[in-house]
Amino acid sequence: MTVEDEIEIMGQRLNDKIRKIYGRSLHIREVDAGSCNACEVEVNSLSNPIYDIERFGLHIVASPRHADMLLVTGPVTRNMELALLKTYNATPAPKLVAAMGSCACNGGIFGDTYASMGGVDKIIPVDVYIPGCPPRPQAVIFGLMVAIGKLEQKISKTEVKS
Amino acid sequence: MNTIIESIKKEYDNHILEVSTSQNETYLTVKKEIIVKMCDHIYHHLDIPLVCIFATDERKKEGFFKVHYVFSVDREDAFIILRIDIDGKNPGYPSITNKVAAANWYEREIQDLFGLIPVGHPDPRRLINFEDWPAGIHPLRKDFDIKTKPPRVEGEYVYRRVEGEGVYEIPVGPVHAGVIEPGHFRFSVAGEPIINLEIRHFYTHKGVEKLFENISLDKAVFLAERISGDNSVAHAVAFCQAMEKIAGMDIPPRAKHVRTILLELERIYNHIGDIAGIATDVAFSFGAAHANKLKEDVLQLNERITGSRLLRGMNTIGGVRRDIGSSKDEILLNLSIIHRDFRKLMELLFSTPSLMDRIETTGRIYNDIAKGLHVVGPVGRASGIDRDTRRDHPYAAYKEFNFKVPVSKAGDVHARTVVRGDEICESIALIEQALWSLPEGDISIKADDIPDGSALGYCESPRGETIYWIRTCGNKIERCKVRDPSFCNWLSIEYAVLDNIVPDFPIINKSLSLSYSGNDM
Repeated sequence: MTVEDEIEIMGQRLNDKIRKIYGRSLHIREVDAGSCNACEVEVNSLSNPIYDIERFGLHIVASPRHADMLLVTGPVTRNMELALLKTYNATPAPKLVAAMGSCACNGGIFGDTYASMGGVDKIIPVDVYIPGCPPRPQAVIFGLMVAIGKLEQKISKTEVKS
Repeated sequence: MNTIIESIKKEYDNHILEVSTSQNETYLTVKKEIIVKMCDHIYHHLDIPLVCIFATDERKKEGFFKVHYVFSVDREDAFIILRIDIDGKNPGYPSITNKVAAANWYEREIQDLFGLIPVGHPDPRRLINFEDWPAGIHPLRKDFDIKTKPPRVEGEYVYRRVEGEGVYEIPVGPVHAGVIEPGHFRFSVAGEPIINLEIRHFYTHKGVEKLFENISLDKAVFLAERISGDNSVAHAVAFCQAMEKIAGMDIPPRAKHVRTILLELERIYNHIGDIAGIATDVAFSFGAAHANKLKEDVLQLNERITGSRLLRGMNTIGGVRRDIGSSKDEILLNLSIIHRDFRKLMELLFSTPSLMDRIETTGRIYNDIAKGLHVVGPVGRASGIDRDTRRDHPYAAYKEFNFKVPVSKAGDVHARTVVRGDEICESIALIEQALWSLPEGDISIKADDIPDGSALGYCESPRGETIYWIRTCGNKIERCKVRDPSFCNWLSIEYAVLDNIVPDFPIINKSLSLSYSGNDM
C-alpha cells in the first residue's frame, strides 16, 4: 500500500466522522509550545498536495478563536506556559486538545527541568496523545480521528445527563 | 597558521599567559584587560571572523569562570580560541560588543546563564531568562541543579520605543497565525513602511546545554538531533565529530560518505521547503504546491532509505548506524527526477512577474551589515560573504568531491532564492559523486570510552555554520556549547525589514529561514 492509499482510506473515515459531528469541517489551531520544529515540518506536510487534509474537512486556522481543536507540540517551556494558557482560554468550548509528538506527550527527551514543564497535560487538559518523534502525517490524521471520537463520547454523555 | 599566531604573540607578548595547541585549535589564555583590544585586532585587522563566544564554569578545578572567544581562520582550516579567567566574586569583564557587533547576543547569553557581567555592553537587558526569572539564579553554573524550578517573580521587559507623529506599534506573537515556531516581533511603522523592528526570542528555551551535562553519551546524540528538528543531521554530525575529535578517532571512509549523503539530502529538502514558503507568502499557490510536492518526494525518499522522514537516528559516535549503500539505485533515480522537476520549478518561479515583483530588492541585507553581524550560511552568501564550512573546514568526505559555493552580492530575497536553488543542484551532484565512489567496508567503529578532553565540532547545516564545543570528563559531558546558525542570523532581520512594507515581512522572514528552537535551545 502506498502512502497515498493509506491517506485516502484514513482520510475518508475521518471525513465521515467530521461530517457526523461537526456538520462539515474541523478547525485546528496549531500551537508550538517549545518543540524542536520537527513536528511543525510534519504539520506543514499535512497541507501539501500529497496529504492535502483540507479535502477531508480539516482546516488549520490562524486564531484560537476560530478553532475547535488545539494541536499542541513541544514539552511546554517555562517561557511558553503563559502563552499556551492564554491560547487555551481563547478557544471556545467544547474544545479538544491533541498533544502531538513525544515531547508534548510527556516531555520526551527534554523531560521535566528548570526550562521545560514536561508535557502539555501538566498545563491544560489533553484529550488525545499522538506519540512519535515526530509522528508521521498518517499518525497525526489517525490521532485527530481518535480525538473526534472522544468528542462524540463527550457530547453523548452530556446528552444523557441533561 | 603559525605566522598568524606569531604576529599575535609579537603584538601582545606580555599579555599572553599560556599557549596550547590541539589538532587545528590554538588556545591562547590572555589577561582580561586586553581582550577588547585583541578581539578588535584579530577581527578587524587580521580579518578573521568571530564565530562563537561561550563560558565555562571551572570554579571547582581552577577556581575561575572562563570565557572563550572562537575565531575561525578559514584560509587555513584552523581556529584561534582566546580565553580569559573571571573570578566568581568579581564577575565583571570587558564587553567587546562596541568593537565587534557580532558579540552582542553571546555576551547577553553568558550574562543570563552564568551571571558574568559584560561591562560596557550597549544593551544589557536580559535575553534568555525572562522578566519573571528571579535575579541571581544562573542555570549553567555547576551549583544549579537541573530540576530546580525557580519561582516566578514580578518584572517588566522594556521594548525600544519609536515615537513621533503617525508612528504606531504592531506586536506579533509568540503564538503566530501560521504554523511556525514562537517568537515575538514588535514593529514600529509609519503607514506601511517599517521604521523599526525589535525581535524577542527564547520562548522555546528548553535548557539543552544543561541537559547535555546530565545525560549519557548515547542519549546525547539524540538530544543533538532534537535541537533544531529540520537540521537534525547537521547537529548530530557536528556533535559526533566533536566527540570523535576528542577520542582521536578516524571513522571508516564509508561512514564519511554516508554522512555526506545524509547532510546533502537534508539541505535539499530544507531549501526546497524555503522556496515553497516564499512562493506561499507571495500568494503564488501553484508554485508553492509544486515545490511542496517536491519536498514531500525528498521526505518520502528519506523515509525509504533511513526509516525516518527527517533522517533521524542515523548518526552515532564512531560512524553511522545504518548502511544506505543498497539503496544506491533508488536514490540516484529519485534524485534525477527531482532534479528535472526542480529545474522546471525554478524556471516557472523566475518567469512569473507577480513573484519576481515581490522578491527583487525586497529585504536587502547589505554586505557590511552581514559582515558586522557575522551572518552565516546561504543568507550570508547571498550578501557576498564567501564562506562555507564544507570548503573552508572540510569534514566527512567533502575533501574528495568537487562542488561550487554559489555566492551573490545583491542580498535581497531574490538573491537568497537563487543561492538556495544553485545549492540544491550542487547538493544533488555531491550525492551522486558520493554514491558513485562509495568505498567498501564498515560503517562504524566502536566508541565505548571517550577520554577526557575538549574539541570543536563543526558542520555546514542548511542554515549555515553549526558549531559545537564539547568538554568531556569521566565518560560524561562536562560542557557542551551549541551554536546554531540562526543565533548569528536572527539579528540581521531587524536590518533586512527596514523601509520594507509590513506585508513583505513574512517573505523576508521565510527567505532568511531561521530556526527559533535552534536559536533558543
